[in-house]
Amino acid sequence: DIPDALCERDKVKFTVHTKTTLSSFQKPDFSVPRQHEDFIWLHDTLVETEDYAGLIIPPAPPKPDFESPREKMHKLGEGEATMTKEEYTKMKQELEAEYLAVFKKTVQVHEVFLQRLSSHPVLSKDRNFQIFLEYDQDLSVRRKNAKEMFGGFFKNMVKSADEVLIAGVKEVDDFFEQEKTFLLDYFSKIKEATAKAEKMTRSHKNIADDYIRLSATLNSLSAEESTNYYFIKFCLKLFQNFLCVCLKKVEGRVASDEELKLTELLRYYMRDIQAAKDLLYRRARALADYENSNKALDKARLKGKDVSQAEEHQKRCLQKFDTLSESGKKELTNFKARRVVAFRKNLVEMAELEVKHAKNNMTLLQGCIELLSGN
Amino acid sequence: MADSIRDPPAENTDFQELEDGEDLLSAAARESQPASLPAVDISTKSNGPKQESLFDEDTEDLFAEATEEVSLDSPERDVLLSEGPSPAITPITPPISVISPRIGHAHDDMFTHSSFDEIEEEEGGDSFDIHISVSDPEKVGDGMNAYMAYKVTTKTSVALFKQRDFSVKRRFSDFLGLHSKLASKYLHIGYIVPPAPEKSIVGMTKVKVGKEDQSSNEFVEKRRSALERYLMRTVKHPILLKDPDVLQFLESSELPRAVNTQALSSAGILRMVNKAAEAVNKMTIKMNESDAWFEEKQQHFENLDAQLRKLHASVECLVCHRKELSVNTAQFAKSAAMLGNSEDHTALSRALSQLAEVEEKIDQLHQDQANADFYLFSELLGDYVRLITAVKGVFDQRMKTWQKWQDSQMLLQKKREAEAKLQFTNKPDKLQQTKDEIKEEIEELEGKVQQGERDFEQISKTIRKEVSRFEKDRVKDFKMSIVKYLESLVQTQQQLIKYWEAFLPEAKAIS
Repeated sequence: DIPDALCERDKVKFTVHTKTTLSSFQKPDFSVPRQHEDFIWLHDTLVETEDYAGLIIPPAPPKPDFESPREKMHKLGEGEATMTKEEYTKMKQELEAEYLAVFKKTVQVHEVFLQRLSSHPVLSKDRNFQIFLEYDQDLSVRRKNAKEMFGGFFKNMVKSADEVLIAGVKEVDDFFEQEKTFLLDYFSKIKEATAKAEKMTRSHKNIADDYIRLSATLNSLSAEESTNYYFIKFCLKLFQNFLCVCLKKVEGRVASDEELKLTELLRYYMRDIQAAKDLLYRRARALADYENSNKALDKARLKGKDVSQAEEHQKRCLQKFDTLSESGKKELTNFKARRVVAFRKNLVEMAELEVKHAKNNMTLLQGCIELLSGN
Repeated sequence: MADSIRDPPAENTDFQELEDGEDLLSAAARESQPASLPAVDISTKSNGPKQESLFDEDTEDLFAEATEEVSLDSPERDVLLSEGPSPAITPITPPISVISPRIGHAHDDMFTHSSFDEIEEEEGGDSFDIHISVSDPEKVGDGMNAYMAYKVTTKTSVALFKQRDFSVKRRFSDFLGLHSKLASKYLHIGYIVPPAPEKSIVGMTKVKVGKEDQSSNEFVEKRRSALERYLMRTVKHPILLKDPDVLQFLESSELPRAVNTQALSSAGILRMVNKAAEAVNKMTIKMNESDAWFEEKQQHFENLDAQLRKLHASVECLVCHRKELSVNTAQFAKSAAMLGNSEDHTALSRALSQLAEVEEKIDQLHQDQANADFYLFSELLGDYVRLITAVKGVFDQRMKTWQKWQDSQMLLQKKREAEAKLQFTNKPDKLQQTKDEIKEEIEELEGKVQQGERDFEQISKTIRKEVSRFEKDRVKDFKMSIVKYLESLVQTQQQLIKYWEAFLPEAKAIS
């Protein structure tokens, strides 16, 4: 099934549209409105479900961030007096485009989240997921109130402390050992790469903005030169203007495409890896539990009481650990394959787009040069 | 004589097209002076039939000069130039026919003394036969007395120079000295003297102290190209080219040290005081502008100045951001490489390291582009902003001349009144003496007034010519630079295409 989503307004409302052939749903085709918080709720419940401890839960989509374009819009409004009319309209257009881009991005991210859930054999059967997709009315998800937030925060702290402790636990399985080191390393690298890529795309955007300003100034300059003696000059300016507008558009598009493909890719996988790390953590936790239970069992045997209880506990832990390990293995290999595929797709697309844009740029520029030298 | 006239037109029609049709005239005129002029290569222009309206203006002025022999001495020139435009001439087609009256006079002229406009046209041509380059900055001396010596190489076939190809060593203060000499000689009669690059105490101190780092290298490079542009502009100006100071600057191996260009010298302080005084004066002089042309032009230049400054600021922003982009791209390339290293899937790893390489190359590309942005575009604009200040200075000179004229006129008026008053007093013995004195003074003042008037008219004329020449040059300059800049952009894009296309198969190979 394909959740398809559209949206608008201050609070981003997503329309999740599902088409399905699964019998577990009442209708084959339906849509429901959802808000970002609903997605978060879904994600959290999945994480908290014990049964899914052995699975990599797809990372929650980040909150839609309209901060940056909103800020710019504000600044633009303030600076309106200082800029010429044209410059103002151009920058406004640019802002609107940026707004749109952010919007598209966030829609995509949410969509991907749902799609991964639905394509996962186990998670797609989750009751909560189905409710999420089906429930007609507002889920009116109880937002985490302050206490729960604190609880969550505290849990995180405990978790990180725990991680440090567990790091000492000897890993029995080579596969997991490898994966762990790999993931940790990869995570740090990818985080850095994401940061740099972000900086790079931001610089690109700056350049696109510069081109706007440049074209506006050139426009007024060309208006200045008017008599037929300067006809040449005027033509020149006009073309330069045209060039800058298009150049700016293309550069802007380069920047946003680059961002979508490269930066987003990196960002997403950063989060995914975090989820994978979480899985590993859970497994390690289970292992530690198992070892602890072993120790407890031994102690109990020594003491001679509660032996059966301890045995039960130990057996349970072992079971848990085993299931975790198994599903973990599967998940991680899937993850690797998925990652490779995604990288490939995005890198190819990015390269193709870059080539396309560069070619566009070039034809534009060459056209301009011809016109200018012809004059 | 008639033959020689006929020849030039015949030759000229073969030549390539030129924007200034007047070149034909000069070329023809010069051809009539046979052997001494090797500048045949200049006249590689034909009579461009499509004339711009500018041509009209200039031909008329040209013909004003046509009948005179003009030398470099200003007073003589004053006399000559103030004579009205000679034979009414049908503007466009007949450059050829006009040559006849001219040749009679012109052929006697030494090249160096032929008319102002002739030289203007021939130098205004596209194939300039003088080329100056400033190169090889070297550090001479040590510590605070160190300075950069630049090699100034001139390649020319202009007869003014003793050789065709020569070079000298000059330092920055030499350039400034040249500029101040030219300014003192020409500014007050209305020629636009190109401004020299500015002194930068911080930059030079860094160089002197011997910091061998990126920023001081950049500074030297900036200065070098600024000096080169300055010299090229100066010699493009026909009158300045013939100035003995310029010739000396370009040719002689030893130049007296121009001490009064030092920033902290007494001359420097004097200059600053003068500048302040002038600024005050400017505000107090209220000139009766009788000529709409000047008013319009002044307005035009003011607007242009404001626009160019804004443009300059935006372009500087662009340069800055592009440099930032290149830095960021380099960083990203490094981190992508590291990512590729830690990736265990071999194909992906390879692709990632390829990506890193591509980005690295792109970073270099961006840096080059930023440089091009800067040198082609931003510096051009900066130069023009400064040039326009010089133009405005010239207009101010005109105002000052007017003021002087008015002042002497007022003085004359007063003296005349004094004389009239004297007529009515009754002191016989003193009377004759004072009367004589006053008569003398009055005559003197009358002379001054006439001189003032002539000065004013002449400066107005000169300014008109200068402004039109300036505008022409400006258009050409801008066009050339813009085309070059666009070409650099095209190149960048081409390289980008190459790099990404090379990367594509690698990315596709990930399985």
